[in-house]
Amino acid sequence: MTATAATDLPLWPPTNPDHGPFALLDEAERGRLAGPVTRVRLATGSTAWLVTRHADVRQLLRHPGLSANFEKPGFPLLRPLPPQSEVDRQGGFIRMDGDEHTRLRRMLTAEFMIKNVRRIEPLIQRTVDESLDDLQAAGPPADLVEAFALPVPSMVICHLLGVPYADHAFFQARSRTLLDRTAPVDRVRTEVRELRDYLRELIVARQTGADASTDLISRLVRDRVATGQLSVDELVGMALLLLVAGHETTANMIGLSTLLLLREPGRLDALRENPDRAPALVEELLRYLSVVRTGLPRLALEDIEIGGRLIRAGEGVIAVLSLANRDPEVFGAADEFDPYQQAHQHLAFGFGVHQCIGQPLARAELRIALVELARRFPGLRTTATPEQVSTRDTSVVFGLNSLPVTW
Amino acid sequence: MRIEVDRDRCCGSGNCVLAAPEVFDQDEADGLVLLLRAAPPPEAVDRVRRAADVCPAGAIRLT
Ligand code: SF4
Repeated sequence: MTATAATDLPLWPPTNPDHGPFALLDEAERGRLAGPVTRVRLATGSTAWLVTRHADVRQLLRHPGLSANFEKPGFPLLRPLPPQSEVDRQGGFIRMDGDEHTRLRRMLTAEFMIKNVRRIEPLIQRTVDESLDDLQAAGPPADLVEAFALPVPSMVICHLLGVPYADHAFFQARSRTLLDRTAPVDRVRTEVRELRDYLRELIVARQTGADASTDLISRLVRDRVATGQLSVDELVGMALLLLVAGHETTANMIGLSTLLLLREPGRLDALRENPDRAPALVEELLRYLSVVRTGLPRLALEDIEIGGRLIRAGEGVIAVLSLANRDPEVFGAADEFDPYQQAHQHLAFGFGVHQCIGQPLARAELRIALVELARRFPGLRTTATPEQVSTRDTSVVFGLNSLPVTW
Repeated sequence: MRIEVDRDRCCGSGNCVLAAPEVFDQDEADGLVLLLRAAPPPEAVDRVRRAADVCPAGAIRLT
């Protein structure tokens, strides 16, 4: 496709944020983009196919002929890739394909499996309880994002990894830059390096000391690095992924979920009265809010037919999880939030072999955080309308900047 | 119904365990799927279908 023709294509992601936190796109954008398979242009100047139907997104993300490797020529980047050295990409398995990806992911699968997350539920519960004590002491009023939604998953992932939570201001600020599509590439590169250096120091300290800690980094140092199965730089990259993904996504889900539940009287009461309904509610929140709203980019390595379109080898594709999660063929009145929806088919965690490794942890954190919030703050309300809250429109992970609450 | 799982394909997401815990488990050592019984009890058949459907890696085969 020529450059002139490309400028006529709709832009992805669209730039109008004035549709509030719960609509994915405004009506006009939705008409242009909901495809089901639409050619779009990206801010980086390249073009890609936007795939929006549930069945198509599943087929796409499970297809072996698609690459997740950002560095391949033609990859549909949402923002320019900072110049990377070989060291910068080590361990970042979400951007790897095939055996390279499998080798690293499998070092972590046991860690985040359901059984293990159950074992750490008391830690999550304690963290939630303490954060709610702090919230109580801080207000009313208070900012729920700063006092609760962000600290809970941050503290939990720090504890699991063995990263000092005292450094949270440092890594939270840098995580934010990393996920911001509009951050200048130089800044992204600098801050990624700072994070990597920080994690490398933690890892090297464990290699040299007589370390008997049981956190994940310590165990990986002993079981994988010391045995020659994993290099320090690979472990740095894996820890970086877990640290960033481990708090950003869940924090944004807690903030948005609270705003959504507060929107209709009785939703928090229902949760308090029936906490056993919380797991199903969490699935519907994940479906409806789908925080990774700009979708998952992939590069076709072979010709693939999706939704009746032929996508050629070398073309970019974007699987829009959030729109697939509003597919009326699967979820009925999908633009409505329905606490009784059977939402287990949602794609909020992605699909295919890259599907979120931390999903059992995210589910448990969300469930415990919301149930306890409902129990401890029966009179909770927000002082802002959904239209007034400040949203993170340029982040790869959508969410609220703050949520003013009182009780 | 017969169930087969392909551990080479499995990515350890645990969706099958969520759907049908009496049929699927995850290995303590590597987090990959373990099949507890190849023939599901009648009351689990629907949930086993759901497990195969939500398996992100296509690692569950039903015949
Ligand atoms: S759902 Fe599929 S990928 Fe996930 S643990 Fe079960 S078999 Fe493995």
